[in-house]
Amino acid sequence: MGNTLNFAAVWRSFDLLLEGLALSLGLAFAGILIGCVIGLIVAFSLTAKAQLWRRPARLYVTIIRNTPILVLILFAYFALPELGLALSKTNSFILTLAIYSGAYLAEVFRAGLAAVPTGLHEAGLAIGLREGQIRNSVILPLMLRNVLPSLGSTFISLFKDTSLAAAIAIPELTFEARKINVESFRVVETWIVTCLLYVATCAALAALIRYAERRLAIPR
Amino acid sequence: MGMMMDLAAFFDQAWVARLAILKGLGTTVAVSALAICLGTILGVGVGLALTYGARPLRWLTRGYTDFIRGTPVLVLVFASYYVLGTVGLDLPPFEAGVLALTVFCSSHVGEIVRGALQAIPAGQSESAKAIGLTFTQTFAYVLAPQALRQILPAWVNTAAEMVKASTLLSIIGVGELLLRIQELISRTFLSLDFYFFAGVLYFAVNYAIERFGRYVERRSALPT
Repeated sequence: MGNTLNFAAVWRSFDLLLEGLALSLGLAFAGILIGCVIGLIVAFSLTAKAQLWRRPARLYVTIIRNTPILVLILFAYFALPELGLALSKTNSFILTLAIYSGAYLAEVFRAGLAAVPTGLHEAGLAIGLREGQIRNSVILPLMLRNVLPSLGSTFISLFKDTSLAAAIAIPELTFEARKINVESFRVVETWIVTCLLYVATCAALAALIRYAERRLAIPR
Repeated sequence: MGMMMDLAAFFDQAWVARLAILKGLGTTVAVSALAICLGTILGVGVGLALTYGARPLRWLTRGYTDFIRGTPVLVLVFASYYVLGTVGLDLPPFEAGVLALTVFCSSHVGEIVRGALQAIPAGQSESAKAIGLTFTQTFAYVLAPQALRQILPAWVNTAAEMVKASTLLSIIGVGELLLRIQELISRTFLSLDFYFFAGVLYFAVNYAIERFGRYVERRSALPT
Protein backbone atom coordinates (compact mmCIF):
# COMPACT_ATOMS: atom_id res chain seq x y z
CA MET A 1 0.00 0.00 0.00
CA GLY A 2 2.49 2.62 1.11
CA ASN A 3 -0.22 5.25 1.35
CA THR A 4 -0.24 7.34 4.47
CA LEU A 5 -3.23 9.26 5.64
CA ASN A 6 -2.94 12.98 5.00
CA PHE A 7 -5.78 15.06 6.31
CA ALA A 8 -4.31 18.43 5.23
CA ALA A 9 -6.56 18.77 2.18
CA VAL A 10 -9.65 17.90 4.22
CA TRP A 11 -8.74 20.35 7.00
CA ARG A 12 -8.29 23.11 4.43
CA SER A 13 -11.87 22.53 3.29
CA PHE A 14 -13.20 21.75 6.73
CA ASP A 15 -15.21 24.98 6.80
CA LEU A 16 -17.07 23.81 3.70
CA LEU A 17 -17.94 20.55 5.44
CA LEU A 18 -19.20 22.43 8.49
CA GLU A 19 -21.28 24.75 6.32
CA GLY A 20 -22.68 21.66 4.61
CA LEU A 21 -23.46 20.11 7.99
CA ALA A 22 -25.27 23.28 9.10
CA LEU A 23 -27.31 23.24 5.90
CA SER A 24 -28.13 19.54 6.43
CA LEU A 25 -29.39 20.27 9.94
CA GLY A 26 -31.36 23.28 8.68
CA LEU A 27 -33.01 21.23 5.93
CA ALA A 28 -33.92 18.45 8.37
CA PHE A 29 -35.29 20.96 10.87
CA ALA A 30 -37.41 22.81 8.32
CA GLY A 31 -38.61 19.46 6.95
CA ILE A 32 -39.68 18.04 10.29
CA LEU A 33 -41.34 21.29 11.37
CA ILE A 34 -43.73 21.21 8.40
CA GLY A 35 -43.82 17.41 8.66
CA CYS A 36 -45.12 17.69 12.23
CA VAL A 37 -48.03 19.84 11.09
CA ILE A 38 -48.86 17.37 8.30
CA GLY A 39 -48.37 14.44 10.68
CA LEU A 40 -50.70 15.90 13.31
CA ILE A 41 -53.49 16.58 10.82
CA VAL A 42 -53.12 13.13 9.29
CA ALA A 43 -52.95 11.46 12.71
CA PHE A 44 -56.23 13.09 13.76
CA SER A 45 -57.71 12.03 10.42
CA LEU A 46 -56.49 8.45 10.94
CA THR A 47 -58.26 8.31 14.30
CA ALA A 48 -61.40 10.09 13.07
CA LYS A 49 -64.72 8.28 13.14
CA ALA A 50 -65.69 9.20 9.58
CA GLN A 51 -64.41 7.01 6.72
CA LEU A 52 -64.24 10.18 4.64
CA TRP A 53 -61.26 11.32 6.77
CA ARG A 54 -59.69 7.94 7.47
CA ARG A 55 -59.49 6.65 3.90
CA PRO A 56 -57.41 9.45 2.29
CA ALA A 57 -55.16 9.67 5.35
CA ARG A 58 -54.45 5.93 5.23
CA LEU A 59 -53.82 6.13 1.47
CA TYR A 60 -51.30 8.96 1.92
CA VAL A 61 -49.39 7.11 4.62
CA THR A 62 -49.31 3.85 2.63
CA ILE A 63 -48.14 5.49 -0.59
CA ILE A 64 -45.39 7.60 0.96
CA ARG A 65 -44.05 4.83 3.17
CA ASN A 66 -43.74 2.45 0.24
CA THR A 67 -42.04 4.83 -2.19
CA PRO A 68 -38.26 5.43 -2.08
CA ILE A 69 -37.47 8.94 -0.90
CA LEU A 70 -35.02 9.47 -3.77
CA VAL A 71 -37.88 8.97 -6.24
CA LEU A 72 -39.97 11.50 -4.29
CA ILE A 73 -37.10 14.02 -4.32
CA LEU A 74 -36.52 13.68 -8.05
CA PHE A 75 -40.25 13.80 -8.73
CA ALA A 76 -40.66 17.00 -6.72
CA TYR A 77 -37.71 18.69 -8.37
CA PHE A 78 -37.93 17.51 -11.99
CA ALA A 79 -41.57 16.52 -12.54
CA LEU A 80 -43.61 19.01 -10.50
CA PRO A 81 -42.55 21.99 -12.69
CA GLU A 82 -44.41 20.24 -15.54
CA LEU A 83 -47.54 20.56 -13.44
CA GLY A 84 -46.84 24.26 -13.04
CA LEU A 85 -45.29 24.00 -9.57
CA ALA A 86 -41.70 25.13 -10.08
CA LEU A 87 -39.88 25.37 -6.75
CA SER A 88 -36.26 26.15 -6.05
CA LYS A 89 -33.97 23.19 -5.24
CA THR A 90 -34.05 23.89 -1.53
CA ASN A 91 -37.78 24.50 -1.36
CA SER A 92 -38.65 21.40 -3.34
CA PHE A 93 -36.33 19.35 -1.11
CA ILE A 94 -37.83 20.72 2.10
CA LEU A 95 -41.31 20.06 0.71
CA THR A 96 -40.33 16.47 -0.05
CA LEU A 97 -38.85 15.96 3.40
CA ALA A 98 -42.00 17.42 4.96
CA ILE A 99 -44.34 15.17 2.99
CA TYR A 100 -42.09 12.15 3.56
CA SER A 101 -41.68 12.66 7.31
CA GLY A 102 -45.37 13.59 7.61
CA ALA A 103 -46.33 10.03 6.73
CA TYR A 104 -43.99 8.53 9.34
CA LEU A 105 -44.93 11.12 11.96
CA ALA A 106 -48.63 10.46 11.36
CA GLU A 107 -48.08 6.87 12.54
CA VAL A 108 -46.00 8.10 15.47
CA PHE A 109 -48.67 10.60 16.54
CA ARG A 110 -51.46 8.06 16.00
CA ALA A 111 -49.75 5.69 18.41
CA GLY A 112 -49.22 8.61 20.82
CA LEU A 113 -52.90 9.53 20.67
CA ALA A 114 -53.91 5.94 21.31
CA ALA A 115 -51.69 5.90 24.41
CA VAL A 116 -53.55 8.82 26.04
CA PRO A 117 -56.18 7.29 28.36
CA THR A 118 -59.77 7.97 27.24
CA GLY A 119 -60.62 8.92 30.83
CA LEU A 120 -58.83 12.24 30.30
CA HIS A 121 -61.17 13.09 27.44
CA GLU A 122 -64.14 12.28 29.62
CA ALA A 123 -62.67 14.26 32.52
CA GLY A 124 -62.29 17.24 30.18
CA LEU A 125 -65.94 16.96 29.18
CA ALA A 126 -66.92 16.69 32.83
CA ILE A 127 -65.28 19.98 33.75
CA GLY A 128 -67.02 21.65 30.82
CA LEU A 129 -64.26 21.96 28.20
CA ARG A 130 -65.20 22.04 24.54
CA GLU A 131 -63.84 19.36 22.15
CA GLY A 132 -61.26 21.77 20.71
CA GLN A 133 -60.10 22.80 24.17
CA ILE A 134 -59.73 19.18 25.27
CA ARG A 135 -57.72 18.40 22.15
CA ASN A 136 -55.40 21.39 22.48
CA SER A 137 -54.84 21.63 26.20
CA VAL A 138 -55.31 18.05 27.43
CA ILE A 139 -54.65 15.48 24.71
CA LEU A 140 -51.95 17.21 22.64
CA PRO A 141 -49.51 18.08 25.46
CA LEU A 142 -49.68 14.54 26.84
CA MET A 143 -49.39 13.01 23.40
CA LEU A 144 -46.30 15.11 22.59
CA ARG A 145 -44.58 13.91 25.76
CA ASN A 146 -45.44 10.32 24.89
CA VAL A 147 -44.05 10.51 21.37
CA LEU A 148 -40.84 12.42 22.11
CA PRO A 149 -38.54 9.37 21.71
CA SER A 150 -40.07 8.35 18.35
CA LEU A 151 -40.17 11.98 17.21
CA GLY A 152 -36.48 12.20 18.02
CA SER A 153 -35.52 9.08 16.08
CA THR A 154 -37.61 10.28 13.12
CA PHE A 155 -35.65 13.54 13.20
CA ILE A 156 -32.33 11.71 13.30
CA SER A 157 -33.23 9.53 10.34
CA LEU A 158 -34.53 12.60 8.50
CA PHE A 159 -31.19 14.29 9.16
CA LYS A 160 -29.45 11.32 7.56
CA ASP A 161 -31.86 11.50 4.61
CA THR A 162 -30.73 15.07 3.90
CA SER A 163 -27.66 13.46 2.34
CA LEU A 164 -29.92 12.72 -0.65
CA ALA A 165 -30.07 16.45 -1.37
CA ALA A 166 -26.67 15.85 -2.97
CA ALA A 167 -28.59 14.15 -5.80
CA ILE A 168 -30.10 17.49 -6.83
CA ALA A 169 -26.87 19.40 -6.11
CA ILE A 170 -27.85 21.13 -2.87
CA PRO A 171 -24.52 21.93 -1.17
CA GLU A 172 -25.12 19.98 2.05
CA LEU A 173 -22.56 17.78 3.81
CA THR A 174 -22.49 14.82 1.41
CA PHE A 175 -22.35 17.13 -1.62
CA GLU A 176 -19.40 19.04 -0.17
CA ALA A 177 -17.66 15.79 0.76
CA ARG A 178 -18.03 14.50 -2.76
CA LYS A 179 -16.63 17.76 -4.12
CA ILE A 180 -13.60 17.63 -1.82
CA ASN A 181 -13.15 13.97 -2.76
CA VAL A 182 -13.05 14.78 -6.46
CA GLU A 183 -10.88 17.88 -6.09
CA SER A 184 -8.27 16.58 -3.66
CA PHE A 185 -8.28 12.82 -4.38
CA ARG A 186 -7.89 12.39 -0.61
CA VAL A 187 -10.63 9.78 -0.80
CA VAL A 188 -10.18 7.85 2.43
CA GLU A 189 -9.62 10.95 4.55
CA THR A 190 -12.64 12.78 3.11
CA TRP A 191 -15.06 9.94 3.79
CA ILE A 192 -13.66 9.16 7.24
CA VAL A 193 -14.17 12.79 8.29
CA THR A 194 -17.63 12.93 6.69
CA CYS A 195 -18.75 9.70 8.36
CA LEU A 196 -17.48 10.93 11.71
CA LEU A 197 -19.29 14.26 11.30
CA TYR A 198 -22.55 12.42 10.63
CA VAL A 199 -22.05 9.93 13.45
CA ALA A 200 -21.08 12.66 15.93
CA THR A 201 -24.07 14.82 14.98
CA CYS A 202 -26.44 11.86 15.29
CA ALA A 203 -24.97 11.02 18.70
CA ALA A 204 -25.30 14.65 19.84
CA LEU A 205 -28.91 14.78 18.63
CA ALA A 206 -29.68 11.53 20.42
CA ALA A 207 -28.18 12.91 23.65
CA LEU A 208 -30.18 16.11 23.26
CA ILE A 209 -33.39 14.14 22.81
CA ARG A 210 -32.67 11.97 25.86
CA TYR A 211 -32.12 15.18 27.87
CA ALA A 212 -35.42 16.64 26.65
CA GLU A 213 -37.15 13.37 27.49
CA ARG A 214 -35.87 13.51 31.06
CA ARG A 215 -36.88 17.16 31.44
CA LEU A 216 -40.35 16.63 30.02
CA ALA A 217 -41.05 13.23 31.56
CA ILE A 218 -44.50 13.02 33.10
CA PRO A 219 -43.87 13.01 36.88
CA ARG A 220 -45.12 9.83 38.52
CA MET B 1 -52.47 18.73 -27.91
CA GLY B 2 -51.60 18.30 -24.30
CA MET B 3 -52.41 15.52 -21.93
CA MET B 4 -53.73 12.86 -24.30
CA MET B 5 -50.83 13.16 -26.70
CA ASP B 6 -48.36 13.12 -23.84
CA LEU B 7 -49.94 10.01 -22.45
CA ALA B 8 -49.84 8.29 -25.83
CA ALA B 9 -46.18 9.28 -26.18
CA PHE B 10 -45.48 7.90 -22.70
CA PHE B 11 -47.00 4.49 -23.44
CA ASP B 12 -45.19 4.44 -26.75
CA GLN B 13 -41.82 5.18 -25.17
CA ALA B 14 -42.43 2.85 -22.24
CA TRP B 15 -43.21 0.01 -24.67
CA VAL B 16 -40.13 0.75 -26.77
CA ALA B 17 -37.98 0.71 -23.63
CA ARG B 18 -39.72 -2.26 -21.99
CA LEU B 19 -36.61 -4.43 -22.02
CA ALA B 20 -34.44 -1.73 -20.44
CA ILE B 21 -37.08 -1.17 -17.75
CA LEU B 22 -37.39 -4.88 -17.05
CA LYS B 23 -33.62 -5.23 -16.88
CA GLY B 24 -33.51 -2.35 -14.44
CA LEU B 25 -36.21 -3.97 -12.32
CA GLY B 26 -34.22 -7.21 -12.44
CA THR B 27 -31.09 -5.42 -11.22
CA THR B 28 -33.07 -3.73 -8.43
CA VAL B 29 -34.37 -7.13 -7.31
CA ALA B 30 -30.91 -8.72 -7.60
CA VAL B 31 -29.18 -5.94 -5.64
CA SER B 32 -31.85 -5.97 -2.94
CA ALA B 33 -31.95 -9.77 -2.67
CA LEU B 34 -28.16 -10.05 -2.44
CA ALA B 35 -27.96 -7.29 0.16
CA ILE B 36 -30.76 -8.84 2.21
CA CYS B 37 -29.26 -12.35 2.15
CA LEU B 38 -25.67 -11.33 2.88
CA GLY B 39 -26.77 -8.63 5.32
CA THR B 40 -28.94 -11.10 7.22
CA ILE B 41 -26.11 -13.63 7.58
CA LEU B 42 -23.76 -10.90 8.80
CA GLY B 43 -26.50 -9.29 10.90
CA VAL B 44 -27.36 -12.49 12.79
CA GLY B 45 -23.68 -12.76 13.69
CA VAL B 46 -23.68 -9.13 14.83
CA GLY B 47 -26.84 -9.65 16.87
CA LEU B 48 -25.43 -12.75 18.58
CA ALA B 49 -22.17 -10.94 19.33
CA LEU B 50 -24.10 -7.98 20.76
CA THR B 51 -26.09 -10.26 23.06
CA TYR B 52 -23.71 -13.06 24.03
CA GLY B 53 -20.26 -11.81 23.02
CA ALA B 54 -17.42 -11.30 25.50
CA ARG B 55 -16.99 -7.67 26.49
CA PRO B 56 -14.34 -6.66 23.87
CA LEU B 57 -16.35 -8.31 21.08
CA ARG B 58 -19.53 -6.67 22.33
CA TRP B 59 -17.90 -3.23 22.34
CA LEU B 60 -16.51 -3.82 18.87
CA THR B 61 -19.89 -4.79 17.40
CA ARG B 62 -21.62 -1.98 19.33
CA GLY B 63 -19.17 0.47 17.75
CA TYR B 64 -19.78 -1.07 14.33
CA THR B 65 -23.59 -0.87 14.52
CA ASP B 66 -23.62 2.64 16.02
CA PHE B 67 -21.21 3.87 13.37
CA ILE B 68 -23.19 2.36 10.50
CA ARG B 69 -26.54 3.48 11.89
CA GLY B 70 -25.22 7.02 12.37
CA THR B 71 -24.10 7.28 8.75
CA PRO B 72 -26.51 7.97 5.88
CA VAL B 73 -26.80 5.11 3.38
CA LEU B 74 -25.72 7.40 0.55
CA VAL B 75 -22.47 8.15 2.39
CA LEU B 76 -21.93 4.40 2.86
CA VAL B 77 -22.50 3.93 -0.86
CA PHE B 78 -20.01 6.66 -1.80
CA ALA B 79 -17.49 5.48 0.77
CA SER B 80 -17.68 1.91 -0.45
CA TYR B 81 -17.42 3.00 -4.08
CA TYR B 82 -14.59 5.52 -3.74
CA VAL B 83 -12.62 4.36 -0.70
CA LEU B 84 -12.18 0.68 -1.53
CA GLY B 85 -10.58 1.64 -4.84
CA THR B 86 -7.76 3.46 -3.07
CA VAL B 87 -6.87 0.48 -0.91
CA GLY B 88 -6.44 -1.71 -3.96
CA LEU B 89 -9.90 -3.30 -3.94
CA ASP B 90 -11.33 -1.77 -7.10
CA LEU B 91 -14.94 -2.88 -7.00
CA PRO B 92 -17.30 -2.14 -9.91
CA PRO B 93 -20.38 -0.05 -8.96
CA PHE B 94 -22.65 -3.10 -8.64
CA GLU B 95 -20.40 -4.88 -6.13
CA ALA B 96 -19.58 -1.69 -4.24
CA GLY B 97 -23.30 -0.91 -3.98
CA VAL B 98 -24.19 -4.40 -2.79
CA LEU B 99 -21.42 -4.15 -0.19
CA ALA B 100 -22.74 -0.82 1.14
CA LEU B 101 -26.32 -2.11 1.34
CA THR B 102 -25.14 -5.35 2.97
CA VAL B 103 -23.33 -3.43 5.69
CA PHE B 104 -26.38 -1.21 6.18
CA CYS B 105 -28.68 -4.25 6.33
CA SER B 106 -26.43 -6.08 8.78
CA SER B 107 -26.55 -3.28 11.35
CA HIS B 108 -30.36 -3.24 11.18
CA VAL B 109 -30.70 -7.01 11.39
CA GLY B 110 -28.15 -7.03 14.23
CA GLU B 111 -30.30 -4.66 16.29
CA ILE B 112 -33.46 -6.63 15.49
CA VAL B 113 -31.85 -9.91 16.59
CA ARG B 114 -30.42 -8.35 19.77
CA GLY B 115 -33.77 -6.75 20.62
CA ALA B 116 -35.66 -9.99 20.12
CA LEU B 117 -33.23 -12.07 22.17
CA GLN B 118 -33.17 -9.56 25.02
CA ALA B 119 -36.97 -9.32 25.08
CA ILE B 120 -37.25 -12.97 26.11
CA PRO B 121 -37.87 -13.12 29.87
CA ALA B 122 -34.83 -14.27 31.86
CA GLY B 123 -36.99 -17.01 33.42
CA GLN B 124 -36.84 -18.88 30.12
CA SER B 125 -33.08 -19.44 30.15
CA GLU B 126 -33.15 -20.00 33.91
CA SER B 127 -35.75 -22.77 33.52
CA ALA B 128 -33.71 -24.26 30.68
CA LYS B 129 -30.66 -24.26 32.92
CA ALA B 130 -32.70 -25.81 35.74
CA ILE B 131 -33.73 -28.78 33.58
CA GLY B 132 -30.09 -29.25 32.60
CA LEU B 133 -29.92 -27.93 29.02
CA THR B 134 -26.55 -26.76 27.75
CA PHE B 135 -26.26 -23.23 26.33
CA THR B 136 -26.43 -24.56 22.76
CA GLN B 137 -29.55 -26.56 23.55
CA THR B 138 -31.14 -23.61 25.35
CA PHE B 139 -30.47 -21.41 22.38
CA ALA B 140 -31.71 -23.89 19.79
CA TYR B 141 -34.86 -25.13 21.55
CA VAL B 142 -35.87 -22.27 23.85
CA LEU B 143 -34.50 -18.89 22.77
CA ALA B 144 -34.23 -19.03 18.98
CA PRO B 145 -37.83 -20.15 18.31
CA GLN B 146 -39.22 -17.41 20.56
CA ALA B 147 -36.92 -14.74 19.14
CA LEU B 148 -37.86 -15.73 15.59
CA ARG B 149 -41.47 -14.70 16.17
CA GLN B 150 -40.30 -11.16 16.87
CA ILE B 151 -37.58 -11.12 14.26
CA LEU B 152 -39.59 -12.21 11.21
CA PRO B 153 -42.02 -9.26 10.85
CA ALA B 154 -39.28 -6.69 11.50
CA TRP B 155 -37.00 -8.51 9.08
CA VAL B 156 -39.58 -8.26 6.28
CA ASN B 157 -39.73 -4.51 6.96
CA THR B 158 -35.96 -4.34 6.58
CA ALA B 159 -36.33 -6.05 3.21
CA ALA B 160 -38.64 -3.25 2.05
CA GLU B 161 -36.09 -0.72 3.35
CA MET B 162 -33.42 -2.39 1.22
CA VAL B 163 -35.51 -2.14 -1.95
CA LYS B 164 -35.99 1.56 -1.25
CA ALA B 165 -32.29 2.05 -0.44
CA SER B 166 -31.29 0.29 -3.67
CA THR B 167 -32.41 3.43 -5.55
CA LEU B 168 -29.31 5.20 -4.17
CA LEU B 169 -27.11 2.97 -6.29
CA SER B 170 -28.32 4.90 -9.34
CA ILE B 171 -26.10 7.75 -8.14
CA ILE B 172 -22.91 5.67 -8.57
CA GLY B 173 -24.15 4.37 -11.91
CA VAL B 174 -25.59 0.94 -11.16
CA GLY B 175 -28.15 0.24 -13.90
CA GLU B 176 -31.06 -0.45 -11.59
CA LEU B 177 -34.63 0.65 -12.17
CA LEU B 178 -34.27 4.31 -11.22
CA LEU B 179 -31.18 4.84 -13.40
CA ARG B 180 -32.89 3.17 -16.37
CA ILE B 181 -35.87 5.47 -15.86
CA GLN B 182 -33.60 8.51 -15.65
CA GLU B 183 -31.90 7.48 -18.89
CA LEU B 184 -35.33 7.20 -20.49
CA ILE B 185 -36.25 10.66 -19.22
CA SER B 186 -33.09 12.23 -20.59
CA ARG B 187 -33.99 10.76 -23.98
CA THR B 188 -37.74 11.46 -24.03
CA PHE B 189 -38.08 14.47 -21.67
CA LEU B 190 -41.23 12.85 -20.23
CA SER B 191 -40.08 13.41 -16.67
CA LEU B 192 -43.53 13.68 -15.09
CA ASP B 193 -44.80 10.44 -16.61
CA PHE B 194 -41.70 8.39 -16.06
CA TYR B 195 -40.94 9.50 -12.50
CA PHE B 196 -44.57 8.75 -11.67
CA PHE B 197 -44.19 5.37 -13.36
CA ALA B 198 -41.04 4.66 -11.32
CA GLY B 199 -42.94 5.58 -8.17
CA VAL B 200 -45.75 3.19 -9.09
CA LEU B 201 -43.34 0.30 -9.78
CA TYR B 202 -41.48 0.78 -6.50
CA PHE B 203 -44.76 1.15 -4.65
CA ALA B 204 -46.03 -2.11 -6.13
CA VAL B 205 -42.91 -4.02 -5.06
CA ASN B 206 -42.84 -2.52 -1.56
CA TYR B 207 -46.57 -2.79 -1.01
CA ALA B 208 -46.37 -6.49 -1.84
CA ILE B 209 -43.54 -6.86 0.69
CA GLU B 210 -45.54 -4.89 3.29
CA ARG B 211 -48.61 -7.11 2.84
CA PHE B 212 -46.37 -10.16 3.11
CA GLY B 213 -44.95 -8.70 6.33
CA ARG B 214 -48.47 -8.30 7.76
CA TYR B 215 -49.22 -11.91 6.82
CA VAL B 216 -46.01 -13.13 8.48
CA GLU B 217 -46.84 -11.06 11.55
CA ARG B 218 -50.28 -12.68 11.83
CA ARG B 219 -48.91 -16.16 11.26
CA SER B 220 -46.03 -15.83 13.70
CA ALA B 221 -48.03 -14.19 16.50
CA LEU B 222 -48.55 -16.35 19.56
CA PRO B 223 -52.10 -17.68 19.62
CA THR B 224 -54.01 -15.83 22.32
